[in-house]
Amino acid sequence: MIPEVGHYALIVALCLAAILAVLPAWGAWRRDVVSMGLAPGLAVGTLVFVGISFACLATAFLQDDFSVKLVANNSNSLLPAVYKFSAVWGNHEGSLLLWALILAMWTSAVALLSRQLPLLVLSRVLAVMGAIAVGFLSFSLFTSNPFERLLPGVPADGSDLNPLLQDPGLIIHPPLLYMGYVGFSVAFAFAIAALLGGRLDASWARWSRPWTNVAWAFLSLGIMLGSWWAYYELGWGGWWFWDPVENASFMPWLAGIALIHSLAVTEKRGLFKSWTVLLAIFTFSLSLLGTFLVRSGVLTSVHAFATDPARGLFILLFLALVVGGSLTLYALRAPAVSSRVSFAWVSRESLLLFNNVVFLVATLTVLFGTLFPLIMDALGQGKYSVGPPYFNAVFVPLMALLATFMGLGPVSRWKSDSVSRWRGELALPAVVAVACGLTLPLLGVEYNLWVALAALLSAWLVLGLARDLWYRVRGATTLGRGLRRLSPSYWGMLLAHLGFAACIIGIVATSQYSVERDLKMQPGDSQVLAGYRFDFLELAQVRGPNFVADEARFRVSRDGDVVTHLAPQKRRYLASGSVMTEAAIDPGLFRDLYVAMGEPVGAEGAWAIRLHYKPMVRWMWLGAIFMGLGGFATTLDRRYRRQRRSAREGLQGALHGA
Amino acid sequence: MHPVRKQRLILVLFVVLFSSAAIGLVVYALRGNINLFFPPAEVAAGKAPVGQPIRVGGMVVDGSVQRSSDSLAVRFEITDFEASVPVIYEGILPDLFDEGQGAVASGVLDASGVLQATEVLAKHDENYMPPEVADALEKSGYDHKGNAK
Repeated sequence: MIPEVGHYALIVALCLAAILAVLPAWGAWRRDVVSMGLAPGLAVGTLVFVGISFACLATAFLQDDFSVKLVANNSNSLLPAVYKFSAVWGNHEGSLLLWALILAMWTSAVALLSRQLPLLVLSRVLAVMGAIAVGFLSFSLFTSNPFERLLPGVPADGSDLNPLLQDPGLIIHPPLLYMGYVGFSVAFAFAIAALLGGRLDASWARWSRPWTNVAWAFLSLGIMLGSWWAYYELGWGGWWFWDPVENASFMPWLAGIALIHSLAVTEKRGLFKSWTVLLAIFTFSLSLLGTFLVRSGVLTSVHAFATDPARGLFILLFLALVVGGSLTLYALRAPAVSSRVSFAWVSRESLLLFNNVVFLVATLTVLFGTLFPLIMDALGQGKYSVGPPYFNAVFVPLMALLATFMGLGPVSRWKSDSVSRWRGELALPAVVAVACGLTLPLLGVEYNLWVALAALLSAWLVLGLARDLWYRVRGATTLGRGLRRLSPSYWGMLLAHLGFAACIIGIVATSQYSVERDLKMQPGDSQVLAGYRFDFLELAQVRGPNFVADEARFRVSRDGDVVTHLAPQKRRYLASGSVMTEAAIDPGLFRDLYVAMGEPVGAEGAWAIRLHYKPMVRWMWLGAIFMGLGGFATTLDRRYRRQRRSAREGLQGALHGA
Repeated sequence: MHPVRKQRLILVLFVVLFSSAAIGLVVYALRGNINLFFPPAEVAAGKAPVGQPIRVGGMVVDGSVQRSSDSLAVRFEITDFEASVPVIYEGILPDLFDEGQGAVASGVLDASGVLQATEVLAKHDENYMPPEVADALEKSGYDHKGNAK
């Protein structure tokens, strides 16, 4: 019964979304206040019904209703309850429903939090989001119905959730990632609404900015969690594989950075308007492309759940419709919204332009590397794969170039600045950064040029920020008062840029200084790695809720002092019989120790053991968390609230003004 | 020159220079960093280059996996049921690697026709098969599970 309610609710949601896509847009065209006024209600209504549908599916999972095909294929009565819940999105159909749910949440959030928007703009924005919802809800209903029953012949028990997905990281990774992916639809909807209205100004940029920042912050955290999960769960000790599906989330993230910075210029200086609109379209298109790559199964990847050609075709058509439609609209309307305000070459504008060019080129090279195998396959040229060396070779120089100019950013001035002023401001930071680059790698295992470069660039970024911060708090009577005077958006920028510096350090240090060894060990053996002594004490059999495992127990010591005990496992899941590696990690700010089990070797109880020493690997994830927090912090800015107040007062005028 | 026009000119020059540098970088990075997939039949027919990185995929032949007793070296054969290619690998194999299951090995083919693998990938769940392996099996008339049609 409950699955049918869910199915029915999904149909109702589709109908509401269809009305939302059509009626307010028609109202905006005919200036009909009544139909425009329906938009927020319809948005919330869609959320309620998608929510009911999602709740029904979750109930089916929690109650072990194996008559539902999805539950039978992806759950098991032995599965812990929390994983039964996360199993809802651990498969193609359910994750699409989650996508639709999050889209409905964003739409409702815009409807409820944007009362200050002119009704005309709001109804257009919501209509565009409604249209996207129609696409995804019909995709869900027509090609991947999550409520399909297995009648007759209900299985006694389910075939279990893929053990790789039975992990706390995977409970929150997809929702966060989708919050980011789908969040860019808001920026997209604002851009389309602006094109429809022919009005692109500073207030438009101010409306889209907080939404874009929040979406990007969620995406940062989602990507970070995915990387962290891969690190401890896949048992290889790697944190980024340049896997096509990782790239699928990475591309909107890169384009999102360009969008965030270009929105800043549009808001502050009224420049780059058409460009910003194009970036908003591009970013959301990349989100859709990511969905296509992941959901159609065209690529070999851990994430490819589905290999149904009808689904791939549906998303491809939807993608073509969205990209083609919005670009056509852009071609027709963009000249009307362009502007000419001049700026000098030595200014913050041109630095931000540089940022945009770098991130766009980075996005395109990743896009090219990801699509290259598909293109070659389609042309019948053979099945290629593009490996990590390609991405590293293009990414490292781009990011080094970016960081060089990024250090200038915070101290630069809008409109017009001078090189001699920059020289004066940054001579000291430059000297100190070079000193850091020369000395910091001495703390590592051995002197390494890449680490020296990373230290130099990160120090340059941090010192540039410090210099700017010093100027801002200098005038205040006390340091505390000076710091309090800074705006949340300034704090956000500070956090995000510091996070970027931490990422550079973490990525380079861990790639250059990691020590990894795969070897055969049996109880009683010991091995020294980067100054740590790993003693293999014993092998034990342990039993978990839904698995049995071989556990290797290690004692790790350094200079005779015990550092920690590590117990990696090799699990065998009872329901599916699949075997999984559970790595044991001793985390630390400056180093991780990582032990994982391979397979038994020989007859004397020996195992293939993987030992890793990974310096500063956490800096990368900490950096990503900083970036995410920075993105959230910007939205606390007072000017967004002030704008709400002033807009409410001017509501009547704005309704007719647009 | 008019300042606006000059600004445009500089911008265009910048974009042209930067994008050619980027394209140069991409071409440079692509060279040697892409590798082509070969089904075992093509390797046996001598179509695969020797000494260049390639990938070979198919089913791991039953009973072909031989492990060394004192190191992590392993030797196995990959087949598409038309021909098989011997693979040598040293390291930890993925969890789902097994005889009679699909796998893709990437590495370099040596002069004696043995693939010296640097990486071995297996399917990551029960029902999934890497698309290129499925394709290769399809060509030699077998389904995803390796059963003759």
